[in-house]
Amino acid sequence: MAIKFFLLVNKQGNTRLAQYYDQGPQDRVSDRVVHEAEIIRKCLSRADSQCSFMEYRNYKIVYRRYAALYFILGVDSEENELAILEFIHAVVETLDRYFESVCELDIMFNLEKAHIILDEMIINGKIVETNKNQILMPLALMEKASTKS
Amino acid sequence: MPDDMRGLHNFIAEIRATKSKEAEEKRINKELANIRSKFKGDKPLDGYQKKKYVCKLLFMFLLGEDIDFGHMEAISLVASNKYSEKQIGYLFLSVMINETSDFNRLIIQQIKNDLLDRNETHVCLALTCIANVGGREMAESLAGDVQKLLVSPDSRSFVKKKAALTLLRLYRKFPEILPVGEYTPRIIALLDDPDLSVVTSVLALLYALVQADTQGYGSCVDRAIARLRRLQTREESLEGYVYYDIAAPWLQVKLLRFLQVFPAPAPDSRAREAVVEVLRSIVGKAANEPVRDKRNKQQLPQYFNARNAVLYEAVRVLIHLESETDLLVESSNLLGRFLSSKETNLRYFALELMSSLATLSFTHEAIKRHQETVVNALTQEKDISVRRRALDLLYNLCGKSNVRVIVRELLQYLQVADYEIREEMVLKIAVLAELHADDYSWYVDVILQLIRVAGDYVSEEVWHRVVQIVTNQPDVQDYATKVVFDALCSPYCHETMVKVGGYLLGEFGHLIANNPRATPQIQLQLLLSKFSMCSPSTRALLLSTLVKFANLFPEIKTDIETIFRSNNLSRNTDPEIQQRVIEYLSLSQHPNPNVMPTVLEEMPKFKERESSLLAKIREKSEGVSVDAEAAKVARQTVIVDRDRQEREDREEREARRSNPAVSQQPQANLLGDLDAAPASTGPSAVNTTSQPPQANPELAHLSRAFLFQNDGKLYEDAILQIGVKTSVKNNLARVALYFGNKSGYPITNFTSDVFAINTTETLSLQAKPVEGQLAPKAQTQQLINVECLKEFEEQPTLGVAYVVNGQLQRAVIKFPIFVNKFLASFDMDQPTFVARWKQLSAPGLESQKVFKAAQPIDVAAVRSKLQSMGFTVLAGVDPNPDNFVCAGVVHTGSSQVGVLLRLEPNRDAQMYRATFRTSRDTVSRILCDLVASSF
Repeated sequence: MAIKFFLLVNKQGNTRLAQYYDQGPQDRVSDRVVHEAEIIRKCLSRADSQCSFMEYRNYKIVYRRYAALYFILGVDSEENELAILEFIHAVVETLDRYFESVCELDIMFNLEKAHIILDEMIINGKIVETNKNQILMPLALMEKASTKS
Repeated sequence: MPDDMRGLHNFIAEIRATKSKEAEEKRINKELANIRSKFKGDKPLDGYQKKKYVCKLLFMFLLGEDIDFGHMEAISLVASNKYSEKQIGYLFLSVMINETSDFNRLIIQQIKNDLLDRNETHVCLALTCIANVGGREMAESLAGDVQKLLVSPDSRSFVKKKAALTLLRLYRKFPEILPVGEYTPRIIALLDDPDLSVVTSVLALLYALVQADTQGYGSCVDRAIARLRRLQTREESLEGYVYYDIAAPWLQVKLLRFLQVFPAPAPDSRAREAVVEVLRSIVGKAANEPVRDKRNKQQLPQYFNARNAVLYEAVRVLIHLESETDLLVESSNLLGRFLSSKETNLRYFALELMSSLATLSFTHEAIKRHQETVVNALTQEKDISVRRRALDLLYNLCGKSNVRVIVRELLQYLQVADYEIREEMVLKIAVLAELHADDYSWYVDVILQLIRVAGDYVSEEVWHRVVQIVTNQPDVQDYATKVVFDALCSPYCHETMVKVGGYLLGEFGHLIANNPRATPQIQLQLLLSKFSMCSPSTRALLLSTLVKFANLFPEIKTDIETIFRSNNLSRNTDPEIQQRVIEYLSLSQHPNPNVMPTVLEEMPKFKERESSLLAKIREKSEGVSVDAEAAKVARQTVIVDRDRQEREDREEREARRSNPAVSQQPQANLLGDLDAAPASTGPSAVNTTSQPPQANPELAHLSRAFLFQNDGKLYEDAILQIGVKTSVKNNLARVALYFGNKSGYPITNFTSDVFAINTTETLSLQAKPVEGQLAPKAQTQQLINVECLKEFEEQPTLGVAYVVNGQLQRAVIKFPIFVNKFLASFDMDQPTFVARWKQLSAPGLESQKVFKAAQPIDVAAVRSKLQSMGFTVLAGVDPNPDNFVCAGVVHTGSSQVGVLLRLEPNRDAQMYRATFRTSRDTVSRILCDLVASSF
């Protein structure tokens, strides 16, 4: 049971956030670009009436669309799809709480913060935390420190 | 939001505003040059500037730019005391480097400092970084500290939860590093931690440990069940963890999944009662709720998805328990209701879970009631993901009673099915027809229909299988030959049909030859009419059919000989075809009339074994998974490959039979590897110069000596001598070959190449070009880089060809590389060894062989042989001093596999028993075979 990668992509197919949890096709940059483009193309070509799961190479892909943003997770075959689907929603709710209704620009301008949030929720491909107060604590600490200085 | 990085924002905004890819590229290159000069500049950068530039690099990396600098700046940020700078530094490293990077070494010390820092936020950053990039070196130097953080009473929850998953990473990368033993009870106790996130991450760690060996973790079961019950009844504080009215759904999923690793608790035990009670409440709750009422605002889709995620695992536990019929049937009915839901995700989910339920005898009937709905789902769903699940379910649902209906439906759907699903469908139809056939003629019909409808998707295995079955079932041979003959009569038939037809007619054509529509002459003309349209491999097969015809039907023998003699064939540019034709012709004209009938007598029955198709299906369904399963898949691929190999060997054998010198050899040799087949020696009526080059058995033996040595002489004949020097580092080997010209003549057109037919996924071979000329008594060198990607069994082949004194000379030699070349030493003490040994007790991970000693047993010699194979011989581990206990680590590109060996010599019987345990079953098997064949 493991998450292999997390992608956040806009409708034009630009990756806005990417985190990989295992060695894989992404290890070479050129391969990573191809890999992401292919997954994104597949997600974009699917209608809303289709389900949120698909198979891609050795991954199960679970994705959710929020307006113009696609949240795409690659997981192994053992993973529980519905649990991952709702986990995506939990991630989005957390980003929303922090950025106050999150949008693409928030993520782009605050890449490092998005990464902090993600790193609090997934470690080594495993879900670790879903409590929003806990997840946002390090960010709160960081901001407190920067206002003090 | 504090806007402290205006430069960064401007840059991102500019990139976004670019109109074309070229403009974006231009802007990026400008920025990269700017940052490079800033980093190289004389002015030292302050933390803020470094942070800004590192952020920019991160952003460009995300856009697909290859960033090859900035690492040193990131490392200096990591060393900063400011949290925000340290965080960016770690983030950059986590994203940009992986476990094989050299930068790992540079940051280990800094990470260690942070792990021991009193500031827990620094500890957390270090842990996250290890969890992202940690490899073997980090495992070696940091595992102990991480472990302490996990169990220390001083660690706070947010440290513990990260430590657990970081430890999991290190354990996965290098299991041997963890002396989990003494810490086990303390880790298990964390299952009762009041903090739910600690429990979640500790469960992930325990899940991996228990998967290796459940022993010693028995107490986890009760704790997990109790925890589940408390979540269900909300007896504990859930603040922040209730998700749309479901208590910590992800934790529940993990707990239920965890229970499935353990053997089911005994019936009537307290644990059993407790777990059933929890499952009953989960299933009961779901069954009593309406599927989904959109008007009820309390019940959002999130609620249902989370509930069903938990339900899914609960049903899986029920399947695991294999009792509680009432609950299983209740779940089956509930899922049946989901099938008609408007939500695609729900239908997908129901089909997936029903697939598992259909395999249980309790619920098979309950699921079967929905057969029609499932067929509809397969043919009418708009989404291929759902159709795939429906296909899986139908496959599991199929039995003797409904096989004809289901196969008919599948065949019909196959004609319009998506291309990406066709191959899988063909495979499944072929397996179902074989498994549940009550009548083999029906089976033959199905396969031929498959070839007709979807010939391009019928893999080699499928037609091999039908040939095997027809060969083994005499009562269907007549029918099969007749229908395949009819199928060939159609002007449009798939090449695979020609293959099946060619094979069956060659073996059984005489059964239908009395039919005036299918006289030998007509059969011959029919095959010839297909010949020109086929690929070389099929043509080669058809040539074998022709020579069989020459044997079966004397009336067309001269016709066939004429065909063989035709320029088009006997001078064919394809060496395989040319060779077959020449050999078959000699066979047909052999002066001794008994030779041809003996060589071409009917093929013996194939050995009964698991269908290679089943293996292939499993391989497909398990393609996605963790290490252990990857190994399983690898093994299955091997089975498939071996089947294929054997198949080819058979064909090869047919070809070889034509060489009397070879056909006198016992069969085992013919089926064996290249090195077992002798080069053409002795008197032979057949022109042997076109024989494919084969390694001389004695020379193969020379190559085996390299199991124990890295340097030495690999080959020698009157003209050429080849020496080898090998050096190995981790999974990379560098082999230097030295070619010496012993003769008094210059060697020209010299080529040397290493190739591996079945090992492209396991070995990567790169041979430097070699000089084409070699003066008398001179020497030249060739470097070959070998990368071991995965454990491998077969040795690559070294092919050498050259011209000397106007004569073309060739040698084909086994290339001296074995998996044990990538074996690194690893020392451990007795308790560690015993603990490891126990951990690796899962079935499959062990491989054992009892075998006769090839040489008289001599303790000192055995020890030195083991050492020269790369094993670390451990002293004082085995109570019996005669036994050898060894350890080592096999380095492959994908992983490092710990190896444990126990070799027990029995001097009286002159026998050995070798027992291997490794973390990968194929490694165990391969090493065991190597050892068994060389002591």
